[in-house]
Amino acid sequence: MSNIFTSSIGKKLIMSISGCFLVLFLAFHMCMNLALVFSPEAYNAICEFLGANWYALVGTAILAAGVLVHFVYAFILTIQNRKARGNIRYAVTAKEEGVSWASKNMLVLGIIVILGLLVHLKDFWAQMQLVEILGHHTNSYGLTPTDGAGATLEVFGNPIYCVVYIVWLAALWFHLTHGVWSMLHTMGFNSKLWMKRVKCIANIVATLVVAGFMLVVVVCCLRANGIIG
Amino acid sequence: MAKLDSKVPAGPVAEKWSKHKSEIKVVSPANKRKLDVIIIGTGLGGASAAASLGELGYNVKVFCISDSPRRAHSIAAQGGINAAKNYQNDNDSVYRLFYDTIKGGDYRAREANVYRLAEVSNLIIDQCVAQGVPFAREYGGLLDNRSFGGAQVSRTFYARGQTGQQLLLGAYAALNRQIAKGSVKSFPRHEILDIVIVDGKARGVIARNLVTGEIERHGAHAVVMATGGYGNVFFLSTNAMNSNGSVAWQAYKKGAFFANPCFTQIHPTCIPVHGTQQSKLTLMSESLRNDGRIWVPKKKEDVEALRAHTKKPSQIAEEDRDYYLERRYPAFGNLVPRDVASRAAKERCDAGFGVNETGLAVFLDFKTAIERLGKDVIKARYGNLFQMYEKITDTDPYKEPMMIYPAVHYTMGGIWVDYNLMTTIPGLYAIGEANFSDHGANRLGASALMQGLADGYFVLPYTIGDYLSHEIQSPKVDTNTPEFEAAEKAVKERIEKLFSIKGNQSVDDIHKKLGHVMWDMVGMARTKESLEKAIVEIQKIRKEFWADVRVPGKNDEFNQEIEKALRLADFLELGELMARDALGRNESCGGHFREEYQTPEGEAQRDDENYAYVAVWEYNGADAEPTLHKEELKFEAIKVAQRNYKD
Amino acid sequence: MNLTLKIWRQKDAKSQGKFEEYKVQNISPDSSFLEMLDILNNDLIMSGKEPIAFDHDCREGICGMCSLHINGHAHGPDSEITTCQLHMRKFKDGDTITIEPWRSAAFPVIKDLVVDRSAYDKILQAGGFISVNTGGVPDANAIPIPKADADESMDAAACIGCGACAATCKNGSAMLFVAARVSSLAKLPQGKVEGARRAKAMVAKMDELGFGNCTNTGACEAECPKAIPSRTSPASTASSSTLSSRTKSRTLTQTTEPRFLGSVVYIDN
Repeated sequence: MSNIFTSSIGKKLIMSISGCFLVLFLAFHMCMNLALVFSPEAYNAICEFLGANWYALVGTAILAAGVLVHFVYAFILTIQNRKARGNIRYAVTAKEEGVSWASKNMLVLGIIVILGLLVHLKDFWAQMQLVEILGHHTNSYGLTPTDGAGATLEVFGNPIYCVVYIVWLAALWFHLTHGVWSMLHTMGFNSKLWMKRVKCIANIVATLVVAGFMLVVVVCCLRANGIIG
Repeated sequence: MAKLDSKVPAGPVAEKWSKHKSEIKVVSPANKRKLDVIIIGTGLGGASAAASLGELGYNVKVFCISDSPRRAHSIAAQGGINAAKNYQNDNDSVYRLFYDTIKGGDYRAREANVYRLAEVSNLIIDQCVAQGVPFAREYGGLLDNRSFGGAQVSRTFYARGQTGQQLLLGAYAALNRQIAKGSVKSFPRHEILDIVIVDGKARGVIARNLVTGEIERHGAHAVVMATGGYGNVFFLSTNAMNSNGSVAWQAYKKGAFFANPCFTQIHPTCIPVHGTQQSKLTLMSESLRNDGRIWVPKKKEDVEALRAHTKKPSQIAEEDRDYYLERRYPAFGNLVPRDVASRAAKERCDAGFGVNETGLAVFLDFKTAIERLGKDVIKARYGNLFQMYEKITDTDPYKEPMMIYPAVHYTMGGIWVDYNLMTTIPGLYAIGEANFSDHGANRLGASALMQGLADGYFVLPYTIGDYLSHEIQSPKVDTNTPEFEAAEKAVKERIEKLFSIKGNQSVDDIHKKLGHVMWDMVGMARTKESLEKAIVEIQKIRKEFWADVRVPGKNDEFNQEIEKALRLADFLELGELMARDALGRNESCGGHFREEYQTPEGEAQRDDENYAYVAVWEYNGADAEPTLHKEELKFEAIKVAQRNYKD
Repeated sequence: MNLTLKIWRQKDAKSQGKFEEYKVQNISPDSSFLEMLDILNNDLIMSGKEPIAFDHDCREGICGMCSLHINGHAHGPDSEITTCQLHMRKFKDGDTITIEPWRSAAFPVIKDLVVDRSAYDKILQAGGFISVNTGGVPDANAIPIPKADADESMDAAACIGCGACAATCKNGSAMLFVAARVSSLAKLPQGKVEGARRAKAMVAKMDELGFGNCTNTGACEAECPKAIPSRTSPASTASSSTLSSRTKSRTLTQTTEPRFLGSVVYIDN
C-alpha cells in the first residue's frame, strides 16, 4: 500500500505543505524588509535580533529543510511525470482554455527562483549570518554583519543587480500565483464557494509579497545612487 | 411445432414466474465453481448477467468487441428505464406495465415473458440505486419519474439524458468487482465468430483477438448471447458503428431459430440525414416528446419558404402549424408509441410537407414548453440533448425547433428463446435485444433497458442454473475436439476467402448498397412487390460482395476492414431473411407496416386471425429456403384489441 | 473543403511510427470529422493502401471509444465534445490538420491512432464500485438523497472514460478520471460506506499503472468532453441549470483527496 511519501496524492500534499511553509516565510521576510523602506535603523535592529542566535539558526535550518523538501519533491515529481508522458511527445500542442501558463511551467519557474536564491544567499546571508557564525566582525563590504541596511546599499547600488533581482521576483510571482492556489486547493479549499476565492487570494498574496520585495529593491537602488534620501 | 416448446409454465400469468422459480433446480456453491459460462457482449444484459453469475460463483468468461466493457451500445440509451413502482400514485401497477407493453408491442409478444418483465422491473430500480446509479431526484430526496410514449402514467426513471450510460456503468462496476475477484475473466477486443456445438449442446465459441488477429477456442458448459440488435443491416441507423448481428446469425446457422426478423423499430426522433457521406444517425431521446410538440406547416408555401431558407420556422404563425400528432391522436398526442409517430411523420413528408431541403424532416418544437416552464427548466431536463443537437446541426434548439426524421433504432426480432431464455440449441441462451421475446412488433420507450437488466440480473441467473444443474457431472470442456477444430477451420477459411477476393469495392460501399435496399424496400413501409424485389436485390448484392469486395491488409494484425467484412457477410444473409419474414406477414402490426394492410384512416391493420403467431425461422443450408415454424400467441390475461391512441 | 492531413501511422505496438501526409477533397462542412476520415479510408482502400486505424463506435459522444489528438487538442478544437461530434465546419478550407494518437505511457499505441486504454478498466476494477451483490437490496426510495447531492454525483458520473484527461495532462495524470468516479460515489450515502477504501485502492492502482502526478494545472478539465470547460465562459455559466459551473469543476477535480488522507482541512459545502 502506498503512503504519503510515495502515493501521488501524498506527494502532492507534501508539495503543498512545504510550499505553504515557504509562503509564510516569504511573507515574514517581506514584512521585515519593508522596515528598511521606512527606517534603516529599525531594519538593522531586526538584523541584530536575528543574528547568529540559536533561535535564528534553528529557524534557518528548518527553512533550509523546507526548501530542500519542496525542491527534491519537485524534481521527483517532474521526473515521474515526464516518464508518465511516454517516449513520444505530441508534435502539435495547443494551449487549453483557462489553463494558466504558470501552472505548466512550475519547475522552470522554481529553478529560476532557486538560482535567484543562491545569488541572494551570496549577497546577504554570506555577508551577515554566516560571517557571525564564523565569528568574524566585518564582511567583504567592510561592514559589520548586522548592518543589513548597509549591505542593501552595496548590492542594489549596482543597477544590473537590481534587474537580476526584479527578474527573479517576477518568476517568483508567477510561481506563487499557481503555487498558492494549488496549495490551498490540494488542502481542500475547493468547495463551490472557495474555488474562485482561492484563485483570487493566491493572486493577492503573490502580488503583495512580490510587490513588497520589489519596493525594497527599487528604494535601495535609488538611495544608493543618491536619487532619494 | 414439435421443435418449438416455449416451456411457459401453467397457471395464472401473475403466478407463473414464482411458481417456475420454485420448481426449477439450483446448483450448489461447490458445483458452481466447476461450471464455466461464456457471455458474449457487455451491454446491460451481458454485463449484468456476467456480474450476477460471477457473484453466484460460476466461472465466467465475458467477451466484448470494444476496448472496454463500458463501451457497449447500451451506454447510448438516453431517456430512461420503466418500472411499475407507482411512486407517483398515478395508479400504475405490474399489470398496467404488462398491459402497456403487450399493447405497445401490438399483441405480438409472448404474454408470460412480458408479465415477468413487468414483475421484476421494480427489483431493477432497487438494484441500480444500491449500485450508486445517480437517478434524478425530487427535492424531498425521493426518485423522480417522467413519461414516455405509449403510457399514460409516469413510470420512467432517468439520469438526465444519460440513463443508459448510468445503468451500464452500474452493471459494469458490478462486473469490475467480479473481475477483480477473479470469478469473471474479461476479454475485450475479442469478436466471437462462431458457436461450437458438441453433441447437440452449445459448448464454446471461436473468437478472433481483434488486436492480433489470432483465432482462439474457448469452451464452456453454457454460452449466453447478449449481442444486441442487428439494426446496422440498414447501414444508417442509430446503432453504434460496431453493433452487428453476426453472433446471432452464426447461432442461427448452427441451429438456433430466428424469430420475427422483420420487426424493426423505426425511431421517430432522429436528426435527419445530411448527405451521402453520412456514417451514422443520431437519436434525440423520446423523452423530448414530453415537452416538445411535433408539427409541419399547414401551407405548402410555408414549406417552400422553409426549404428556400426565406423563412425561419419560428416565423410561422401558430394557426399555420399542423400539430399532426395532437390532431390525429388526441388522447396520447405527442406521446404516441414510436411506430405510430414514425409513420405519421412519413405520411406528412410523403404528402409534401417535409421541412428541409430533402423533404424528409418535421419539427420538434419546444416553444410552448419554454414559455410555460422557462428555459432553465428545459435546460435542466434536456440540456445535453440540446447541446448535442446544436453541435451536429449548428442550430440552437432553444431558438428554432429541432428537425427530426425517423431512423432505424432497435430490432424487436431476434433469436427465438423459450421461457428460460434458452434458444433451440441446448445450453445456448439469448438475452436482451438479441432475443425476440418481450417487445412484440414494437418496443415502448424505456423498455429496452428494463429488459436487458431484467434478463441479466433476475431471470437468466435463475434459469441457467436449471440447465447447469444437469451439467455438474460434465468435465471441463476440452477444446481439442473435432468440433472445435472444424469450427475454427471454417472461420479461418471464411477469413481467407474474404482477403483473397481483392475486388474493386470497399466493404462500406457494398454495405451502403444493402442499406439503401433495406431502407427503401424493407423499411418503414413495405409492400409485397417491394419485398419480393428486395430479396432479389439482396441476393444480387451478396453475390457482388463475394466476387468484388476488397479487404486490405492481413488477418494477423489489427484490421478493422476484415471485422467489417465479416459482419457485412452476415448482414447480407440476414437482410434477406428479414425481407422474407416481412413478405410472409400479410398484416400490419407495430413496426411492420405493409401498405396493403391499413385502415381507411391509414392506421396499421392487424390480422389476429391469421397472424397471431411468432414467425420462427429454421436454417436449412446456404442455398435452401428456411423453414417457417409458428409459435401461436395465446393471450389469457389480456383482451386482444385494436390499438387505439386516439381516445 | 479541401484539406491536408498529417496523420500518425504506426504498424503495431512494437514498430516505430511516423507522420504521413494525405489530401482529402470536397469534404462537406456538415460532415463529421470521423466521416471525413471514413472518406479518406475509402480512398486509401481503393488506391491499394492500408486504411488508417482509429477507434470509434457510437458516434454520438457517449461511448468514449473515439480518441484522437487533433491540432494539439484532445478531441479537437471544439469544446465539450468528443472527436465523433466534431464537425468539419470547425475547420477552414485549405487547413492542415495534424492527427495524433493519445500519447501517454499508460496508453500504448496498438496501431496508427488506436491506443490501449485498459489501464482505466484496471483502475475501476481496483475499487470503482459499490460492493453489493444482485438482489437483497432495500427499496429504491428507502434512502432519500438530497437532490443537490444526486445532481453532483451525476455531474461526475458523466465521465465516459475516453482518456482525454490523461492524454492532455502534461504530467500524464489520470487524476480527473479517478476523482470523477471517487467523488461520484462518495456523494451518495450508498457509496460513502466504503469511500476511503475505494479511493485509496484506486489511487494506488493509478500510481502503479504508471500515470503521473497531478499538479493542478486544470488542463484535464479544460479538455474533458463532458465537463464545463472554463469558469469564465459566459455560455457555460449560463447553461449550468442546476448547479454553477464552479461546482462541477470542483466535483470533478479533487473533492475527495484530503478526505481519505484524513486531513482536517477539508471544507465541505
